[in-house]
Amino acid sequence: MSAIILFMAVIAVIIGWWLSQQRLTAKPWLEEGSIDHFPGTGAMTLPAAKIGLGVFLAVASSLFALFMSAYSMRMNMVDWRALPVPGLLWFNTGVLVVSSVALQWAYVAAHRNNMDGVIVGLCAGGASAVTFLVGQLLAWQQLRAAGYFIASNPANSFFYMITAAHGLHLMGGLVALGRTTAKVWRGAEMPQVRLSVELCTIYWHFLLLVWLVLLGLLTGWTDDFVDICRRLLS
Amino acid sequence: MVDVPYDRIADVPPAEVPEVELYHPKSWWTQYVFSQDAKVIAIQYSLTATAIGLVALVLSWLMRLQLGFPGTFSFIDANQYLQFITMHGMIMVIYLLTALFLGGFGNYLIPLMVGARDMVFPYVNMLSYWVYLLAVLVLASTFFVPGGPTGAGWTLYPPQAILSGTPGQDWGIILMLTSLILFIIGFTMGGLNYVVTVLQARTRGMTLMRMPLTVWGIFTATVMALLAFPALFVASVMMLFDRLLGTSFFMPALVEMGQQLKYGGGSPILFQHLFWFFGHPEVYIVALPAFGIVSDLISTHARKNIFGYRMMVWAIVAIGALSFIVWAHHMYVSGMHPTFGFFFATTTLIIAIPTAIKVYNWVLTLWRGDIHLTVPMLFALGFIITFVNGGLTGLFLGNVVVDVPLSDTMFVVAHFHMVMGVAPIMVVLGAIYHWYPKVTGRMMDDWMGKFHFWVTFLGAYLIFFPMHYLGLQGVPRRYHDLGEATFITPSVHALNAFITVVALIVGFAQMVFLFNLVWSYFKGRPSGGNPWRATTLEWQTPETPPGHGNWGKELPVVYRWAYDYSVPGAKEDFIPQNQPPATRAVQGAAT
Repeated sequence: MSAIILFMAVIAVIIGWWLSQQRLTAKPWLEEGSIDHFPGTGAMTLPAAKIGLGVFLAVASSLFALFMSAYSMRMNMVDWRALPVPGLLWFNTGVLVVSSVALQWAYVAAHRNNMDGVIVGLCAGGASAVTFLVGQLLAWQQLRAAGYFIASNPANSFFYMITAAHGLHLMGGLVALGRTTAKVWRGAEMPQVRLSVELCTIYWHFLLLVWLVLLGLLTGWTDDFVDICRRLLS
Repeated sequence: MVDVPYDRIADVPPAEVPEVELYHPKSWWTQYVFSQDAKVIAIQYSLTATAIGLVALVLSWLMRLQLGFPGTFSFIDANQYLQFITMHGMIMVIYLLTALFLGGFGNYLIPLMVGARDMVFPYVNMLSYWVYLLAVLVLASTFFVPGGPTGAGWTLYPPQAILSGTPGQDWGIILMLTSLILFIIGFTMGGLNYVVTVLQARTRGMTLMRMPLTVWGIFTATVMALLAFPALFVASVMMLFDRLLGTSFFMPALVEMGQQLKYGGGSPILFQHLFWFFGHPEVYIVALPAFGIVSDLISTHARKNIFGYRMMVWAIVAIGALSFIVWAHHMYVSGMHPTFGFFFATTTLIIAIPTAIKVYNWVLTLWRGDIHLTVPMLFALGFIITFVNGGLTGLFLGNVVVDVPLSDTMFVVAHFHMVMGVAPIMVVLGAIYHWYPKVTGRMMDDWMGKFHFWVTFLGAYLIFFPMHYLGLQGVPRRYHDLGEATFITPSVHALNAFITVVALIVGFAQMVFLFNLVWSYFKGRPSGGNPWRATTLEWQTPETPPGHGNWGKELPVVYRWAYDYSVPGAKEDFIPQNQPPATRAVQGAAT
């Protein structure tokens, strides 16, 4: 459960930092009247959708941290046989990086009022994300063809389950990306598009980060790192 | 005593309200059924939760009939008994209490109490309810599928949960896990709304430290639920994989009926970790809203400011944080390294500190207050007593050496029913009596309310106090029939019969409550906008029940905290949060 505990500690630090800005030591019974002379204690001024995305990313991170916790506990059992990582995954990772870069492109273009750049970025990002998903399905195919079925070993089960969870999150993102693209298509003004593009970009970067961590876990790269941490702790 | 000008600079012009993009329903369907108004969604959540809760109530009667009079009711066999306890527990904890506190009270009260027009994502909020309803329907459907609902116990421990010896192995367990997954998806949609509304949509002047404790409780509980429910999600998905695809996440190598199963190497303990990583915060997900609501009930009905508001807020946050590092105290008998046992016992006992702070502050709020023994106040008092009782047995069970012999006995059943069954339900009931006038514009009948309270309160003690004794005798929980054993004395049987009779009576008293809800809706005394003369914003709406968008043209501006009751020198014994501090009488100013 160390992954989730670590994650919770990070969340606790963030919440604690935020709460420390909120004058929790105030004595509200003495403070009648306006509080305008205490800036920063009112409601957040960020758009609701952006805060909502932030909260959702925390929930999704919690989910993936729990998958990782389960993974690291289960892999210590005797029947664990690590599966060979299909080479295709490296290609897929590259495509996902391209997808993230394309959306970053769209985000920068949106801030420069360059609508053509936004359209190019969104379409390239969407296309490469779909390519990534197709690539993941092909990787499953290759594993199945090589006899690594979902139930034959817990390492395989985790591989299929975790990649599926990540893929489903990306598909949800594609729905949002599709809506944003449709909005651009219908000729929406730049200020209406800018926030949507920004949110998609944040979500894409998040999914790329999660994928890199998962890849490290599934390929066993993080094992050495975890070992070092364990030695430092004990 | 004279009127003096008071702090004129504090007068704030009304906040400039941007044109809010409120969704305006165009037809009856979008106004009452597929509504995006948080108040309608709240009522939908509450009615659905109550309906499925009634099913769970009937299940508890059936269990009690079997326990009180074993052998008399031939239609309850051992398998059905296990199915009843499973469904009773799961429904009550998740589909009733969690849904009612967060989906019901959260939806109704958060926008009104923080001075918002609605939740920030109304469409997602609507989806949240419909996914929840789907989860409830999937759960209820298990009563009608071949093999019936699962009988694995509400904790659904593998390996037994998906083995053929357990009832509901065919469809029951699959649908149960599906329903839980749906519930979590639906809750996440709602939870995002509750959190972001508190963060972003508070009206001008509503700082965090001016929020009523009800909002603090619901807000903190929602944050916890958003972080904890994924653990149940992961556990449910993995168990579904084990059941449907034959993976071995949790399933060890097993021989069943002389046959080697395809499973091997899995870890049942892994499931327990995941389940209780959700399961223990869940206790506080139910308790924190109750803590918040009861603080407001006590302050309002004792006409006194809440004692130690800051401490109350800090305690809520501290309990929320601590509840994530105590989960393994549910697993003492699963076997663990003694150091871990010591660690989890310590953290468990530390939670008693912020909790005790809250109890002291409630009592000190009552101290020398102008206590009105209204029905909400009676339930609030009932809550404090019950929570203290249930909490004290928690101190017993938090210690490893005491827990080990008491584990899986009726003592545990008595403990958690007192602390997270009866106590939160007391708050739910008190809160319904308190806010019903705002929701409907009519008061609930007082006489029926008092009858309901006394039967429920005394009945709950007659049911659960003897269970502690049964537990100390060693009577196990989850047993269909106690059979013949030396430690099962005649008094055990007599008490079981007694508990059953009382449980039936208390159950029927809830029907009086339901009748009161319906009767008062048509015949209740009109309440006016603020019958309890309360300070918080929801009582200051221009219309009762509040209209679409909650407030008139302008959002309210908040000038003070939520607990200005019996302020010395004030004209009335309460000052609403949105009343500007223009002038007020100051005692002794002339001298």
